[in-house]
Amino acid sequence: MSTLTQQEFVLGLFEAAPATYTSLRQFGKESFYAQGLPSLKAEEYKFTPIAKKLESSLTDFSPAKPVKISAEQVRSAVFAGFEGAVLVFSNGQYLPELSTSVEGISVRLLTENEATPLGTIAKAEKDPFIALNQATFLDGIHISLEKNLAVETPILLLQFHQAQRGQVISPRIWIEAGDFSKATFIDYHISLDNAPYFVNKVVEIKGGIHTDLTYHSLQQEHNQVIEVSNLVTDIQKDSQFTSTQITLSGDMVRNNLTLNLLGSNSVGNMYGIYLLNGKTHVDNHTQVDHTIPHAESNELYKGILADQSRGVFNGKIFVRQIAQKTNAFQQNNNILLSEDAIINTKPQLEIWADDVKCSHGCTVGQLDEEALFYLQARGIDKITAKGLLLYAFAGEVLDKIEVDSLRNHIVEKIQERLGSKF
Amino acid sequence: MLSIKNLHASIEGTPILRGINLEVKAGEVHAIMGPNGSGKSTLASVLAGREEYEVTEGEVIFQGKELLDLSPEDRAREGVFLAFQYPIEIPGVSTTNFLRTALNQVREYKGLEPLDAVKFLSLMKEKMALVEIDQKLLSRSLNEGFSGGEKKRNEIFQMAMLEPVLSILDETDSGLDIDALRIVSNGVNKLKSEKTATIVVTHYQRLLDYIVPDFVHVLYKGRIVKSGTKELALELEEKGYDWIKEEVDSTATV
Repeated sequence: MSTLTQQEFVLGLFEAAPATYTSLRQFGKESFYAQGLPSLKAEEYKFTPIAKKLESSLTDFSPAKPVKISAEQVRSAVFAGFEGAVLVFSNGQYLPELSTSVEGISVRLLTENEATPLGTIAKAEKDPFIALNQATFLDGIHISLEKNLAVETPILLLQFHQAQRGQVISPRIWIEAGDFSKATFIDYHISLDNAPYFVNKVVEIKGGIHTDLTYHSLQQEHNQVIEVSNLVTDIQKDSQFTSTQITLSGDMVRNNLTLNLLGSNSVGNMYGIYLLNGKTHVDNHTQVDHTIPHAESNELYKGILADQSRGVFNGKIFVRQIAQKTNAFQQNNNILLSEDAIINTKPQLEIWADDVKCSHGCTVGQLDEEALFYLQARGIDKITAKGLLLYAFAGEVLDKIEVDSLRNHIVEKIQERLGSKF
Repeated sequence: MLSIKNLHASIEGTPILRGINLEVKAGEVHAIMGPNGSGKSTLASVLAGREEYEVTEGEVIFQGKELLDLSPEDRAREGVFLAFQYPIEIPGVSTTNFLRTALNQVREYKGLEPLDAVKFLSLMKEKMALVEIDQKLLSRSLNEGFSGGEKKRNEIFQMAMLEPVLSILDETDSGLDIDALRIVSNGVNKLKSEKTATIVVTHYQRLLDYIVPDFVHVLYKGRIVKSGTKELALELEEKGYDWIKEEVDSTATV
């Protein structure tokens, strides 16, 4: 793809950008042009032809404005049994009138809080989609947790998406957590129609020391959606950050997860499940940077791929020379349910320190026929037996989700998909 | 109850069973013995419905139904139970959850209401005592990290839970020490009734001291070449299988 086409591509977006954060937007624009949309030759996007996909699917590259959301829509979208605060968004725009507040947490529009240091954690020069979002987002949200605040119930970020064919939704989320604070977020995308639109999301999380933050992300939009999501977080001393990424649908989805371990005794956990069918293409790129001694990272992604779906997993672990006594573990396991499903999986470890414990492993296999027969021989029908086995396979990751209502919701979706109750 | 007529089966084109005939009536215990590679385990697998085996000839009638036409799960629901020679380890699925799913599917097939959690647990407690199996074991992933003896006990426990009409024990004695053998056999004996039948597939006579057969059949090269009573098993234990092989092979060449 030529640079000229790319310019034309996004011109409408740049033109529609609001007159806020002007220097930040300018830098985003420059960074975007410096990098361009990734071609197939770009190593980071080798298996995910996102530029080609955007070019062929999108015709009207303009920002999607917020649409009206009713209280009823909110009620029916929240998981059964969910207890906690709900923050409602429409095409990335925060809707305070439909949202609940939490004591100790301030929630503000980004455009009303221009001092927000956007781009200091998710850096525009590192990824063209971060740059594009920075240059063109309409509005977003600034969530700030008070020092010592422990929010025991989860905070649901309910993101409604409704756009015309070819429109772009650019959610931008900034979270900063005061020292010793604790919270769990659930980022949940819901599509309200079936148009092929593009979601280009950036989430920046700035943790204080001794924080405990969890960010669950659930992608179950319709199968026309093209999505690139970037989540970047700085993890300070004595802190823990946990991400779970559950992807059940979409046309082409690319998730970049970047954890910077900046303080000793910090822990970064990265968990994921992708359960794919049809022609869904999902690419999870994770990166954890051990910059200091005595930190730990744990990673477990599990994939189940049916039909002609395609999965990509790329897990990078950097252990810098100074980062002695690092513990870093990575695992990616996949089950292919059809001959046409494809997985490209690549662990990538760069270790410069010499006193560390690191392990990684990838597996790609099929459903265990012996186990299937064993279950059938006890009277369990084949579909349920398959469901049981696949559920057990994914279970190790599902067990990491401590929010019961979210886990039950995902289990229900998995059961629906596998056509079995167990 | 079970009538096997001229059963031929092969795997990947290689014939393993070459004309098995066997009649099993309610209340009977049949032992199938034979040297390694004679087709004992194949027979057990074909009856349970393992897909790798292709039945090329013959029929199997179980309680008036053509067994070979049924899926493995329907065979189980009709009352056929195979205790596996090598029980499978399934990480992430607890024995309890698995068995409740299985039992309720079997009950549904028979037109019975599913058991609720309370009734299921009390049934489990009752059957656990039969095979002296610990509850802790059952809440763990199915067979994962179980010892050989624990796996076999779990097989008999499942059998107790599902109350089959025809139980096929495929080398259940292999890898068991004498205590485990006693426990497993006791379990099987307690489950026997006038209405059920058992097929014991074994290489050794040892198991038959505990589970006493009414009939003993010797399988060799895919056929039953000799049938008798439990004395035949003792004779085999004493003399080995060579005399039978010689007897069969010499007739075959004539």
